[in-house]
Amino acid sequence: MNELTKLSADALASKLAAGEVSSVEATQAQLDRIAEVDGDIHAFLHVNTEEALAVARGIDEKRAAGEELHHLAGVPIAVKDMIVTVGQPTTAGSKILEGWHSPYDATVVKKLRAAGMPILGKTNLDEFAMGSSTEHSAYGPTRNPWDLERIPGGSGGGSAAAVAAFEAPLALGTDTGGSIRQPGAVTGTVGVKPTYGGVSRYGAIALASSLDQIGPVSRTVLDAALLHEVIGGHDPQDSTSLTDPCTGLVDAARQGALGDLSGVRLGVIKELGGEGYQAGVEARFQESLELFRSAGAEIVEVSCPSFSYALAAYYLILPSEASSNLAKFDGVRFGLRELPKDGPLTIERVMGATRAAGFGEEVKRRIILGVYALSAGYYDAYYGSAQKVRTLIQRDFDAAFSQADVLVSPTAPTTAFKFGEKMADPLAMYLNDVATIPANLAGVPGMSLPNGLAEEDGLPSGIQLLAPAREDARLYRVGAALEAMHEAAWGGSILDKAPLLNGASAGNTPQLHTPDLGGK
Amino acid sequence: MTEINRDDVAHLARLAHIDMSDAELDRMAGELAVIVDSVKSVSEIAGPEVPATSHPIPLSNVLREDVVGQLLSQEQALSGAPDAEDGRFKVPAILEED
Repeated sequence: MNELTKLSADALASKLAAGEVSSVEATQAQLDRIAEVDGDIHAFLHVNTEEALAVARGIDEKRAAGEELHHLAGVPIAVKDMIVTVGQPTTAGSKILEGWHSPYDATVVKKLRAAGMPILGKTNLDEFAMGSSTEHSAYGPTRNPWDLERIPGGSGGGSAAAVAAFEAPLALGTDTGGSIRQPGAVTGTVGVKPTYGGVSRYGAIALASSLDQIGPVSRTVLDAALLHEVIGGHDPQDSTSLTDPCTGLVDAARQGALGDLSGVRLGVIKELGGEGYQAGVEARFQESLELFRSAGAEIVEVSCPSFSYALAAYYLILPSEASSNLAKFDGVRFGLRELPKDGPLTIERVMGATRAAGFGEEVKRRIILGVYALSAGYYDAYYGSAQKVRTLIQRDFDAAFSQADVLVSPTAPTTAFKFGEKMADPLAMYLNDVATIPANLAGVPGMSLPNGLAEEDGLPSGIQLLAPAREDARLYRVGAALEAMHEAAWGGSILDKAPLLNGASAGNTPQLHTPDLGGK
Repeated sequence: MTEINRDDVAHLARLAHIDMSDAELDRMAGELAVIVDSVKSVSEIAGPEVPATSHPIPLSNVLREDVVGQLLSQEQALSGAPDAEDGRFKVPAILEED
């Protein structure tokens, strides 16, 4: 492996600015790394070789000409294939969009281009971001770089795996119920769901509009802050976009890295832990609480009793909004058109055949559930009640944040599970998001960062930090402090401990047993 | 267990415009019943005194000035269509012939 690919985005940016390395060299190193390992990992659905190198070349020329550039100019990035891009296909992991090219860029993509960041390609995901394992991609699953027989989390398993496997220093994800944070936890990377409205969703294919949020995936807290500041801020093209400026996150991360958390109150959420949580995940979590104390933080216990209803409310709200958002995939304006095998060729029958052929099983399941929850006679009992639970969860957060500045919990109840283990049981799969979902329902920001390896399986666990809406900077301060303490204890990054990644030096790619996972 | 039978799922699939095979209908009926049972708990704590929240932040309409902006060209708008003719989306018949 080229050592350039192991650099953090910030370190690479500094080398680019100092003229020690060119963006073309850095981008080519990432493309080489993708060619080296992505056959095993399958983090990417599309690799954007020529355009990425052309952008890198352009940045090198501007730098040589003495132009003032963004700090991350020339630093390559991967983009989850739920976010539309001109010049590259966007599939949302679904056959219904196979081969489709968006005629416009998402706002976040425009911002990446304006900052001069070469886009390496589009990363794999559960179809329309529905899933917790990236097994539901129509193009085959992504594998966890820590163990190829395990899931990389979902739905943003591609983005997390790409960053964990050193295929990209940074990536964008989308988080509707934990799809940035949970993959971060099981791959040993940092994932942030910003405050709802803090990053424009214009050009993110809508799953559940009141829950979706684009956010950064990285290997360090500072890198996430740098990317968050690039993509954040007001966008008049998104009616839910906050007008607040997106600043102070990088400063907060740098301050946090100094390791002093004096005066910070951290609230341990009583309901997110204990039964159903893997022992090794819990043990690492308790150790981190001790580290927080040693940095001067005060630890208090907070109770959020309505969180036990969050999962149920989420699995009514999400399908309801998804059934509406996905109605546009009708075989008329874009994407697949499938003709019925027999009978008259009417639009209604073409639509039925197109959606049957284009959507996978999980998408169909959730659309049908959403149509049911919104049906006359059931609306109040299901969708209406779920919206009330949302109020109660917001009240729980308000009460908790009156006692603590930042709330903490394990990000996911377990480490990465094996492929197929939960495919046959949707409810078991849904339980994986139990700790991440409340933040989406309330719109508050959340971060997952590496929290050490669970003893029983040697796999990464994650710790989740939650802050009040618009207080994303608190996550970066507390996250960077914990990261600094962890790295001092571990002697480096958690990814240094990954057996496959350590063996994957240039010309020595581990040829591992690759399970037959089906898919394309 | 909640009563969601195969006919219910067939009706929902028609509403959702998704053709489903017999096997899919059977499987989905079982799965949906289990899921719907598990989400029933939401009505337990959500009494009439609790207001519903549809969105994490208060929303208001966003209006732009009524001037021509940067819009997709006709060619761009049609670029991903499965079928087009004379600058328009070409759609199968809306009405069935009698």
